[in-house]
Amino acid sequence: MSEVVVSFREVSKSFKGMEMPALDAVSGEIRTGRITGLVGPDGAGKTTLLRLIAGLLEKDSGEIATLGHDPGKEAAEIRERVGYMPQKFGLYEDLSVLENLTLHADLRNVIGQERRETFDRLLEFTDLKRFADRFAGKLSGGMKQKLGLACALLGRPKLLLLDEPGVGVDPISRKELWGMVEDLVSQGIAVVWSTAYLDEAELCGTTLVLNEGKLLFSGTPREMTAPLEGQCYQLKNLSSGKRSLLTKALARPEVSDGSIQGHHLRLTFRKGEKLFSPDVIGAGETAEWAAVRPRFEDAFIDLLGGGPSGESVLAKHVRAIPSDDEVVIEAQNLTKKFGDFAATDSVSFQVKRGEIYGLLGPNGAGKSTTFKMMCGLLLPTSGKASVVGLDLRKSAGKARQKLGYMAQKFSLYGGITVQQNLDFFSGVYGLTGQRQREKTGEMADIFHLQPFLKSKTDSLSLGYKQRLALACSVMHEPDLLFLDEPTSGVDPVTRREFWTHINGLVERGVTVMVTTHFMDEAEYCDRIGLVFRGKLIANGTPDELKAMVATAENPDPSMEDAFIELVTGKENA
Amino acid sequence: MTGLSLRRLKALCWKETLQIFRDPSSNLIAFVLPVLMLFIFGFGINLDSAKLRIGVWKEDSGPAAEAFVAALTASPWLEVDSFESRSATEKALIDSQIRGFVVISEDFSRKMESHSAIAPVQVIADGSEPNIAQFVSANVNGVWQIWQAQRAEDRGEEAQREISLEPRYWFNSSAESRNFLIPGSITVIMTVIGAMLTSLVVAREWERGTMEALLASPVTRAELLLSKVLPYYVLGMISLLLCVATAKWVLGVPFRGSVLALCVVGTFFLLSVLGIGLAISTATRNQFNAAQAALNAAFLPAMMLSGFIYEISSMPPLLRAITHLIPARYFVSSMQTLFQAGTIWRILWPDILLLMASSALFIGLTAKLTKRRME
Repeated sequence: MSEVVVSFREVSKSFKGMEMPALDAVSGEIRTGRITGLVGPDGAGKTTLLRLIAGLLEKDSGEIATLGHDPGKEAAEIRERVGYMPQKFGLYEDLSVLENLTLHADLRNVIGQERRETFDRLLEFTDLKRFADRFAGKLSGGMKQKLGLACALLGRPKLLLLDEPGVGVDPISRKELWGMVEDLVSQGIAVVWSTAYLDEAELCGTTLVLNEGKLLFSGTPREMTAPLEGQCYQLKNLSSGKRSLLTKALARPEVSDGSIQGHHLRLTFRKGEKLFSPDVIGAGETAEWAAVRPRFEDAFIDLLGGGPSGESVLAKHVRAIPSDDEVVIEAQNLTKKFGDFAATDSVSFQVKRGEIYGLLGPNGAGKSTTFKMMCGLLLPTSGKASVVGLDLRKSAGKARQKLGYMAQKFSLYGGITVQQNLDFFSGVYGLTGQRQREKTGEMADIFHLQPFLKSKTDSLSLGYKQRLALACSVMHEPDLLFLDEPTSGVDPVTRREFWTHINGLVERGVTVMVTTHFMDEAEYCDRIGLVFRGKLIANGTPDELKAMVATAENPDPSMEDAFIELVTGKENA
Repeated sequence: MTGLSLRRLKALCWKETLQIFRDPSSNLIAFVLPVLMLFIFGFGINLDSAKLRIGVWKEDSGPAAEAFVAALTASPWLEVDSFESRSATEKALIDSQIRGFVVISEDFSRKMESHSAIAPVQVIADGSEPNIAQFVSANVNGVWQIWQAQRAEDRGEEAQREISLEPRYWFNSSAESRNFLIPGSITVIMTVIGAMLTSLVVAREWERGTMEALLASPVTRAELLLSKVLPYYVLGMISLLLCVATAKWVLGVPFRGSVLALCVVGTFFLLSVLGIGLAISTATRNQFNAAQAALNAAFLPAMMLSGFIYEISSMPPLLRAITHLIPARYFVSSMQTLFQAGTIWRILWPDILLLMASSALFIGLTAKLTKRRME
């Protein structure tokens, strides 16, 4: 009963000034009756493919048929029947909810009685009726997303293209939107949902997995993970340090990939390999294996040829900092107000030396604001922030020499070469002469930047840009490392590599504070603070937080379940 | 792509209008900046010479010298200071306390008495500001001539009186530079609204992703183009009339032309600058680049090469040739005609035709650059 709405064969597309094609001979189809997930890291070609399907770009070669028309040549034929929501929702922020809807209704010829009915239906559906007169710019991420969807739904499209609707939205709103989209699918609309979140991909009816312009896989998430069935295990009840155990486990020839999951290790075994005894890596007598279902991320990493080695070369090059169990990062009733809006509202926490502390929360929750106050980049309205015993209000300069900071957005100089960036940042932190040359050379080796040293930084792929940014923040061997969403948008293998380095540094005694909106990434942290609407709503180890919300029906909740539960619990209280 | 749906066009224009009124930066450019600029050009910039401060160093104390200094002091164009030494006078000039000074040598009175000798007066002015230096020398010279003529008259030697010049300035009888600057400054204001504002709004649509949403809807290219031109045209015309009204009734600059002629000239100039602004933002798709480009392609030429401040006929030939490519040039000359002379169609027509041609050129260029796709 499902019907093919879009089909494309051997589609390629290149852009001027880019070495790699954005899309390289990609084939597939999109059907009604299910959500098609378009999955891949930033720069994989997701947006390009959506734009080709919508007739916003013209392909270089191959064939595309959207609703039976070539979108390149007969774009006018399909526009009335294709709903398209661009990234960042494409809303006019200085128009109200109703004005945005009216504009799109006029553009799509939805008038008179039909308009009244459609508006009623959509405002009901999106629960935006209460906010009809509010400016779109004043809506929360979740509400913007719903309005964007409502605008795309005007004119009753047959095909709905959603470009990363999950970005910048809290998990609760995301769940709501997902429900709404499933509702649409049951009405016979074909939906494409593009995403870089692999946990989102897992929920889709079917997926097209892209990486660097190539189609890696197409099929259901079950089919994606099927080859790894029976190869994924958790190693529980570890007696010694999880990070060093992970390094040892990854060094085993049987293991292709692994990560930390709360107090446990999660490992993927190569095909045909058997489990080894936990004793072999010194996991202790109580340690035991538990089979787990492979996840989309495991399969993606498998498709990319397995995870990186568990040993951080970076960590070998930094001095060891003796552990002393001292509190090195401390926030006391930290508050930051912008006007009468409290971006961070009375937040307190402590981080001990050699810990990874994660701030977890959706965009706009106040993670970055808190973060910037902790490294002395923002002055708190009230409260106290201190690192290594230094009050950031009084001795921010002295404190900064002790910490490395990697900003959320790419904050290196794009117009100069990789080598020049390394030289500049090492110089800023006071490295000179022989030592500077040694250090920048080391970084280039560790992060595989040698081939690009003379390239303009702008021309690097996102993964390499992030590597360079990390290199620039650790060259002066700081005691503390502040990482603001370091892995946002990168492919899962690069993400693993990042965490290998972070784990390695922590093993050497570095203290790491990290923000992330990837719920699963929180599992790497020793302790997590959940941030929502400026407040720290929960604080503890990943397992503690999950245990807080465990119920009879859901004995083993995910981090996302925990988040949703804790937030809704807060709201109802 | 052709086709035009009035409903869609109306919806887009309405959206644009709402945005103009709601966006603080658009408001600033459209309403605050014009008034501000008009007042700056009206009161702040003045090319007329005001009273010049000069010094006098007198080495002679005879009656003739005293009388000449008195004549200098009495001049309405000069403010005369005296100093205790020549070096103090020189220092005052170097310190820019005075714009120049007059040296009266010790034998001045004696030479004035004897009919055969020539009595020299030395005038020293600050050459680093040539314009002012010339004013100093001309003013002192003028005082000198009047003083001599009067002395001759006093002695009853009427015949020696030289030709007297009585200038009459036509069209701008008081020769006030404000009357000349205001029409020109309206050109600059129109350029800011037409080119800067529009270049920013289209680039903003690209940056915020709203253009992508529009392109994915059934909007046609013509609708897209018209929805940007029409609202800003109306805004520009309102601003033009507001500027002219302010100039006439607040700043007291005479306006002798007809409103019809003003509207015709204004329309085609606005369309030209709108075209430039839209072409820039369509090509750059980035607010920062668009603002930079509009500054260099529209604003600065309108300032420098339109004949508004710098006289075109005194430019080197190459620059003079370039001014012919700048729409602002034709608008400045039309505005000066309308303000100071009146509606003289014979003079206005050539400018109007050239402005029509440039509107067609720039709007056409924008139409060509406006793609129905994202490439």
